[in-house]
Amino acid sequence: MKHTYLAKLLFLLLFVCTGFTGAFAQTGAVSGRILDEKSQGVPGATVLIEGTTLGSSTNADGTYLIQNVPAGAQTLVSSFVGYNTKRQPITVTAGQTTTLGDLALAENTTLLSEAVVVGYGTQRRQDVTGSIATVSEKQFVQGQVTNPEQLIQGKVAGVQITPGGGAPGSASQIRIRGGSSLNANNDPLIVIDGVPVDNSENKGVSNPLTLVNPNDIETFTVLKDASATAIYGSRASNGVILITTKKGLSGEKLRVNFNSQASISKKTKTIDVLSTDEFRNVVNTYGTASQKALLGNSNTNWQEEIFRTATTFDNNLSLIGSVGPVPIRASVGNTVQQGILLTNKLNRNTGSISISPMLLDNHLRIDINAKGSWVDNTFADAAAIGNAARFDPTQSILSGDDTRFGGYFEWLNGDKTLNPNGTKNPIAQLNQKRDRSTAKRGIGNIQFDYKFHFLPELRANLNLGYDMLRSNGSTNVPAFAAIEFANKGANNIYSQKKDNKLLDFYLEYAKQFGESRVTVLGGYSYQDFIRDQPLDSYQASADGTVIKPAFPFKTQYTLVSFFGRLNYNFKDRYSLTATLRNDGSSRFIEGEQFGLFPAVGLAWRIKEEDFLKSSSLFSDLKLRVGYGVTGQQDIESIVGNYPFLGRYTYGENSASYQFGTAFQNTLRAEGYNQSLKWEETTTYNAGIDYGFLDNRITGTIDVYLRRSDDLLAKIAPAALTNLTNEFAYNIGSLENKGIEFSLITNAVRTSDLNLNLNFNATYNENEITDLGKSLPGFQGYAVGGIGGGVGNNIQVNSVGYPANSFYVQKQVYDANGRPIEGLYADLNGDGKSTIDDRYRYKSPAPKVTLGFGSNATYKKLDLAFTLRANLGNYVYNNINSQQAALTGISTNGFLQNLTPDFNNSNFRAYQLFSDYYIENASFLRMDNVTLGYNLRSAADSKPSIRITAAVQNIFTITKYSGLDPEISNGIDNNFYPRPRTFTVGLNLGF
Amino acid sequence: MKKTFVRRFATLAVAGSLLGAATTSCVGDLDRDPFNEVTSDVVYSDPANYKPILAKLYAGLALSGQTGPSGKPDLSGVDEGFSNYIRQYWSIQELPTDEAVIAWGDDGLQDYHLMNWTANNPFIRSMYNRIFYQIAACNEYIRETKDDKLSSRNITGANLENIKKYRAEARFLRALSYYHALDLFGKSPFADENDQIGAFTPRQISRADLFAYVESELKAIETELVGARQNEYARVDQAAAWMLLAKLYLNAEVYTGTPRYTDAVTYSSKVIGAGYALQTTATAKSSAYGRNFLADNNTSPEIIFPVAFDGISTKGYGGTTFIIHASVGGDMPAAAFGVDGGWGGTRTTRALFNLFPDTAADRRGRFFTKGQKLEIDNLTEFKDGLGVVKFKNVKSDGAVGKDLVFPDTDFPMFRLADAYLMYAEAVLRGGTGGTTTQALSYVNALRNRAFVGNGGDITASQLTLDFILDERGRELHWEGHRRTDLIRFKKFTTAAYIWPWKGGVKEGRSVSENLNVFPIPSTDLVANPNLTQNTGY
Repeated sequence: MKHTYLAKLLFLLLFVCTGFTGAFAQTGAVSGRILDEKSQGVPGATVLIEGTTLGSSTNADGTYLIQNVPAGAQTLVSSFVGYNTKRQPITVTAGQTTTLGDLALAENTTLLSEAVVVGYGTQRRQDVTGSIATVSEKQFVQGQVTNPEQLIQGKVAGVQITPGGGAPGSASQIRIRGGSSLNANNDPLIVIDGVPVDNSENKGVSNPLTLVNPNDIETFTVLKDASATAIYGSRASNGVILITTKKGLSGEKLRVNFNSQASISKKTKTIDVLSTDEFRNVVNTYGTASQKALLGNSNTNWQEEIFRTATTFDNNLSLIGSVGPVPIRASVGNTVQQGILLTNKLNRNTGSISISPMLLDNHLRIDINAKGSWVDNTFADAAAIGNAARFDPTQSILSGDDTRFGGYFEWLNGDKTLNPNGTKNPIAQLNQKRDRSTAKRGIGNIQFDYKFHFLPELRANLNLGYDMLRSNGSTNVPAFAAIEFANKGANNIYSQKKDNKLLDFYLEYAKQFGESRVTVLGGYSYQDFIRDQPLDSYQASADGTVIKPAFPFKTQYTLVSFFGRLNYNFKDRYSLTATLRNDGSSRFIEGEQFGLFPAVGLAWRIKEEDFLKSSSLFSDLKLRVGYGVTGQQDIESIVGNYPFLGRYTYGENSASYQFGTAFQNTLRAEGYNQSLKWEETTTYNAGIDYGFLDNRITGTIDVYLRRSDDLLAKIAPAALTNLTNEFAYNIGSLENKGIEFSLITNAVRTSDLNLNLNFNATYNENEITDLGKSLPGFQGYAVGGIGGGVGNNIQVNSVGYPANSFYVQKQVYDANGRPIEGLYADLNGDGKSTIDDRYRYKSPAPKVTLGFGSNATYKKLDLAFTLRANLGNYVYNNINSQQAALTGISTNGFLQNLTPDFNNSNFRAYQLFSDYYIENASFLRMDNVTLGYNLRSAADSKPSIRITAAVQNIFTITKYSGLDPEISNGIDNNFYPRPRTFTVGLNLGF
Repeated sequence: MKKTFVRRFATLAVAGSLLGAATTSCVGDLDRDPFNEVTSDVVYSDPANYKPILAKLYAGLALSGQTGPSGKPDLSGVDEGFSNYIRQYWSIQELPTDEAVIAWGDDGLQDYHLMNWTANNPFIRSMYNRIFYQIAACNEYIRETKDDKLSSRNITGANLENIKKYRAEARFLRALSYYHALDLFGKSPFADENDQIGAFTPRQISRADLFAYVESELKAIETELVGARQNEYARVDQAAAWMLLAKLYLNAEVYTGTPRYTDAVTYSSKVIGAGYALQTTATAKSSAYGRNFLADNNTSPEIIFPVAFDGISTKGYGGTTFIIHASVGGDMPAAAFGVDGGWGGTRTTRALFNLFPDTAADRRGRFFTKGQKLEIDNLTEFKDGLGVVKFKNVKSDGAVGKDLVFPDTDFPMFRLADAYLMYAEAVLRGGTGGTTTQALSYVNALRNRAFVGNGGDITASQLTLDFILDERGRELHWEGHRRTDLIRFKKFTTAAYIWPWKGGVKEGRSVSENLNVFPIPSTDLVANPNLTQNTGY
């Protein structure tokens, strides 16, 4: 096995060595100036000699000079973000500077002909055969954006970004075209400046992307179909998001930019619960004498007490331009964000630097990127949110007895000891738990791009990357606090190290043969991931009892890939992309380690055909079809990194067993599966890119079918055949199919007023099509844990239904439309009411997602907004299901508040599995409105000044009765509410 | 010019060769070994590892995973605390009977009372999964401790002798779990140490065949195990094997249709003759009987096989943590049970209470009545039904256990009183080799201990089978025997005995006979095409 790869490599090296025969051509120079529509110089525009990497960027006045251009006929390509790229044939004379004069670029909101970042390099958008969407800075969501992914929320068809809640830096669920896996990771691969980053669980960091400063980002490129993603085969089944950070440009004057924002955030609403009087009335009406005796005399609105108006300050300073000929960008940023939940806070410091020198007569381009961040988190216990909604409003916050529980009211047993079941005082829960972490992340890479002197068509690229994370944290609770009373307080510390290495090497050969252009790329990629939780983690009670874990935790996995790509373009009309990637993962046994992932995409630029070339209606029309296979191997979260290996793990001291008078530590045989192999996702995609009326209306339509086979599913093997009851097996299939539509229009374009509208819509259908053998009456695999009782699940994965469908009993209603307690339809008709009468009813995934945004500028004023809607997503109202039954007011010697739904249902006992609690959570949300005013544009000696005002989370229209309809897993419980945020900002450019 | 060219070439060559070296080593990097874990092929090379692995087999009964009280669970798809062996076993043996009701509405839990369980019940599935997980782990250990494997690893001398004893204990634990499988589910998937982990499909064997297998295993290890009362505390010995054989034989008629009462007499006699003694010493804080269920019950001379728990070293949310916490609620003082608070779950029905004509005289009948109702109007209301005062995290001297959440109290899986009653029952059912006089003396020994003075003694004419069933309720209630006992007496499903909420109605009713065994969970029917469902499901 090894030898074939060695042979491949030798071949590559040979390929390199035999190339040393080229001759040096004679060269000249090209100069000129790039202007905008108003005939003003465009600084920072890119000018390139087509088919080469020779180029420059324009100076502050729009001028440029490109040296060492091979003599003869060339094409100069001028481009700038937001403008149509212009291609200008030129003739370069050896030893002379060809002056081209002024060249005007027309504004374009569609970026159609821009260079598009694809895996391992760039492509002209017109040549792209896959489904790729680009969002650049201009279209980013504005206001206070702490997490990078929120910059493109609602902006891209087929990309659903659902923040986990309103906590600063909370993780978002990102789904591209639904999830292609059942139990394996459904997150897309995120690549920052060529470094695929580790987005897996981090101790002390809720969202690893928080460690990247959104202000450093220039564009997001989303690769959606397999013909685009296959080059990242091993981790690309759920799409790829390429993040490109801002870079300096050669020859550009150094500019300084200072951006400062201040925000305040407020809760929009709280969970609707009974008022103090209503609650007292319910207890007095239905309660027993001992329950009535528990009532207090106060009137506390607990939810008002746990939230606050929070502030955020966000300051960023950047330097961009070039020092001599070397492009450079450096930035520092600081964000101090309070959460609206008491004590919750995030303090982030970031720094980044990128340097891109060109050496060896511009043949060697070196890109050095380094990004560092330091985040201090103060977490707040989100369980306090549910506890505040539940807490008896007749009790006061403080007990009056300062000697116990820090003076806070807590529920007591009859003998005045703490009632361990009682709802914990949420104010105490927040104030007495100090939960802090510090996380430092460094992402760096150095990329060498060498264009061979003797064969300029051949390019070698070596990318060495590093992604490291150091985090540590502690949780301290004093011994007197009720939340850790049984443990005599808590004093836990933990730390984690992550070291992820990347090596990519590829050779690319690009050449024009007559009307054909061929690009061939072959490469190798090595990635290694180590996660280490050293032994210094321990738990200690505040009284000094120290419990150290007996064994540290450390895990590693490695991916090795060989890949090749062929791009063929004929007459600028017909494009073909063929990709082949051979991926190896250390997570599988030798023999199953490698998977082969092919993809092919075809594009036809119909616009270039004679019959459409002169059409004034169509300014662009392209048909794309693609097919490809990608792999999935990310099953660490369900079975770890060594799932094929029989292993024995050590038991902690707290889980040892008494033999005689001593306690014997244990060794446990772990489950394993030697036949595990790659899950494969096959994607079919067909799309049209269109442009009308000089590209004032552009957009795409895509239809796709994604089928995942050999799903890495966590299922129950036959009893006795494994050393656990559930493990990962390659079993079953899952399908996502859908349609995406996007439209961008430059609706109004006058000298004073410019109005751009963008709209996107996605329809996605998810269905599990196979889960291996099935039998009548087999429910499938329960998922979706809920609050209320212990270990209860509300969702199920079963064949013929969407993943995570709700699995509930069909409620029977009376003549007045009220649910009849405990009465459910006998759906299987056996005359009995049993668990088997449940049915699959709806799922949390929206059928349709819509995004609508606008950017308008009027003279110096600009206004942008984003609206988003999800249709057909359902939520299990877990707040009502555990808080609207009479039994909830008192079970074990304490009282709990109810929600007003009790007045409708009148349930005495919990009816956790009633479909009564499944609600349509379709919504329309106005995410963001930003108003900006350019007080002064950049002039030579004076700084530019721009001020902005933004409001986020302005309104939500929904029928959902709970706090927020947008909940990624569809289970509404302890949800940290998204605040409404008001931001003012100042931007200075020097 | 020339110089730069050479330099470039050199750079390139160096880069190229570095890359070449990197590439070849990197494909090899795909073979990663875990850190801080031992792979199966090396773990057995060290004789010191055999005891920790055996400890895990025992811990399979007491713990739910490798971190106490929770973390790194053995089983998934279920709440870790629920997945504990003793918790599941206690629930499935007690909740469908007259001895216990539970207030909680966890998915499928009330089905035990309503007796409307199906093959999709999560609790039945958890019990099933735990049993067969335990058997699979035992199989692995027994396979790796075969004589030829031990000799190939050059294990000799005292190490070899010890490991052979460990292996016999593993075979006992496997037999115990297969016994539970045959008692609860009837027919069963089957695999032993000769079936390698991986993609084989276990065959299903009948209840009778499994009976024969368990019997043969126990007889095979009868002499390999350490002699009765000679092993370390909490490890099994020959008496445990005899006890399990006695149970097997006593219920043989249910399992195979063929009575084996003489064998039941033989093996319960062996247990009784092994030197165990009833705990007959009361303390100021506890009756003699009650001391078997306290935090220091490891000192009791009558416990034959305990499942051991400890507030610091053996922590979990199953076992006696569950039994004690769940039984405390309402106005019951948690501190008196040695815990920080109750979970408000388990109570009992009028039927158990009525087994005690005089709870003042019979020290075994300890019920908590304050704030509790005798009648159960609502199963999910803790205050409906009487509290049972039996298991506590308090020592004989009244001191509490090491931890207020995780009791030190061990679960008495087998104890001498049970052997006495099995002997008596087997004799009454016609087993030979024993006498009714002896049976009467054993029963009266229990009653003598239970009652103040001799007030509890019965006469020979009072010693009937029905009396034995009632006496088992009085002596052994809440110890996980009741369902098996009721089935043996043909009272579990039939109209011969009705208790409150039997069959899901308040006044109780008879239910279908097929409920005497539980359904094979649908998950395993799907996973294993060799399995067929029990009749009626």
